[in-house]
Amino acid sequence: MNATELNPGLLMIVAGLVAALLPHSLRRALTLAAPASGIAVLLSTPIGSQSVVTFAGLPLTILRLDALAFPFALIFLIAALLGAIYALHQDDRLQDASAMVYAGAAIGATLAGDLATLFIYWELTAISSVFLILAAGTRSAYRASIRYLVWQIGSGVLLLAGILMYYRSSGSLAFGHMQLGSMATWLIFIAFGIKCAFPFLHNWLQDSYPEATVTGTVVLSAFTTKLAVYAFARGFAGENLLVPIGAAMTCFPVFFAVIENDLRRVLSFSLNNQLGFMLVGVGLGTELAINGAVSHAFAHIIYKALLFMSMGAVLYRTGTAKASALGGLYKSMPWTTVFCIIGALSIAGFPLTSGFVTKNLTLSAADNLGYLWIWLLLIFASAGVMEHSGIKIPFFAFFSHDGGHRVKEAPANMLVAMGICAAACIFIGVFPQALYAILPYPVEKSPYTVSSVVTKTQLLVFSILAFGVLIRSGLYPKEIPSTNLNTDWFLRKPGMALVRAVARMGSSLNAAIVSTGMALARVAADLVHAINGPDGQLGKPWPTGRMAFWTTVMLGAYLVLSYL
Amino acid sequence: MSAPEGEEPGWFDRPENVNKLWYALLVVCGALTISEFLYEHHPHFDIENIPEFFEIFGFFAFVFIVFAGKALRTLIMRDESYYERD
Repeated sequence: MNATELNPGLLMIVAGLVAALLPHSLRRALTLAAPASGIAVLLSTPIGSQSVVTFAGLPLTILRLDALAFPFALIFLIAALLGAIYALHQDDRLQDASAMVYAGAAIGATLAGDLATLFIYWELTAISSVFLILAAGTRSAYRASIRYLVWQIGSGVLLLAGILMYYRSSGSLAFGHMQLGSMATWLIFIAFGIKCAFPFLHNWLQDSYPEATVTGTVVLSAFTTKLAVYAFARGFAGENLLVPIGAAMTCFPVFFAVIENDLRRVLSFSLNNQLGFMLVGVGLGTELAINGAVSHAFAHIIYKALLFMSMGAVLYRTGTAKASALGGLYKSMPWTTVFCIIGALSIAGFPLTSGFVTKNLTLSAADNLGYLWIWLLLIFASAGVMEHSGIKIPFFAFFSHDGGHRVKEAPANMLVAMGICAAACIFIGVFPQALYAILPYPVEKSPYTVSSVVTKTQLLVFSILAFGVLIRSGLYPKEIPSTNLNTDWFLRKPGMALVRAVARMGSSLNAAIVSTGMALARVAADLVHAINGPDGQLGKPWPTGRMAFWTTVMLGAYLVLSYL
Repeated sequence: MSAPEGEEPGWFDRPENVNKLWYALLVVCGALTISEFLYEHHPHFDIENIPEFFEIFGFFAFVFIVFAGKALRTLIMRDESYYERD
């Protein structure tokens, strides 16, 4: 045990706080230097390192670097660096600082060896990230950020309650494998589930991410949900319940993504669907499946960031991310188009991209276990991914009907960030061993068998054929400017109505109290006036004799009392 | 909005090029259909033994998703300012 190990998470948090005070030129340098040195620190820390500090009598493992934490910590640092490059063009103190603290909190949580440390970082990810939504400065962003906080803090409260109960029953705060069954572990499970966007607990994601700033959404997409995937892999690997939950998550968002007009919201549904694949891997729990989940999270953070970056660039240049108002941008933004298509091919899982070599591990794990229905749902969802992220995103933004926008290509720093992401997608796809080498368990087989390449290509290309048939026959649904209801409706309509009703009741109650109080005060004032006023008993001038009489009575009483 | 008047249409805006892409896609689909018979299969599930299973599944899954999404609109679609009114 060594308490002096540098913690890359803390490093990012401190750098973020310092950055808040610096002028733009220095701050820019720090936003790049902090994650870069974080990566250096992480790589130089041997796997197996721990550092324990004692706080209030409790030993807290503030750093535990093992084979599961390492890939997550590494990709979080890489995502922080890529996000910083993408944001270099803007001078925004608040966003720079909060992005760094947020990334640091996610990394700290990944490296946390005990539940108390996990909880602190868990809450910090919520509080630091909300500024990335607020910074958009719109009324709808403000409202979405409040709903976001309600969910995130709610997750934290459940986690805290679960941890306290867990500590009381087991006497341990160690963050390791847990069994569902007690109230404590259920609370922790649900707390993780909120951040992982379980079905019915998911909508904070599609509600808030598209409301954040151009750069904020890119940052948000990387951390919170993948921290939750890590937490499940750490605490509930092999928990079979995660398999149907994950399978449901892969499927239901695809239907919403088809009809969503805001392309950043389409990507948020797509993010939800990707989390499903990872959870299925965690739930299956074999070494191959865990490798699938971890590698998928790693690759996904890069291609999902790339897709959000490309739609962010479109939003930055044209002022909209609505499919109905876009189209034809390949002429104005050719580089962004190419990078976006690479991200789209990756997320769809075409051979030679990162999506193929990672999703394949989870599919093989389902194969090996003979889980036919899960396997069918996963390939069904793969066709769904092809629909919304593979085709819809690039097609409606860059091709399709010309939206008439004649804009400049994305700023150079955005192109650099997208270029690095795109190169990484292809690099991992071509050299999967580079990623496999850092997974928790050894990977023996290459994903590139003739059978896997041919069957996946058949699936995806015939999905494209279906798209071609539908679009040429006019059957593909038009993009319509619209709001599509989701579970946030319950919070926003009946929920708000309830709040308003309570407020109304409160205010009428308040009015009643005030008027009763006023009436009572008036009565009291009248009484005082009656007694003490010019016509009142006490208001009249008192004759000296009566005063002397009462003084005597008082003194006499005093005398009697003092003898008792 | 649409393209400004008098502007040369881009490569992807010309119907003849879009047709070229479409025919190229059909050729690739044909090649993939034939490739089914050119390699040794290692099915894990019986269902994979259905000839051209992945093509059929991919095509109809896609069509189903799109039409299901279309149907979902009748249930959940509201106008763009739905939440702004309060």
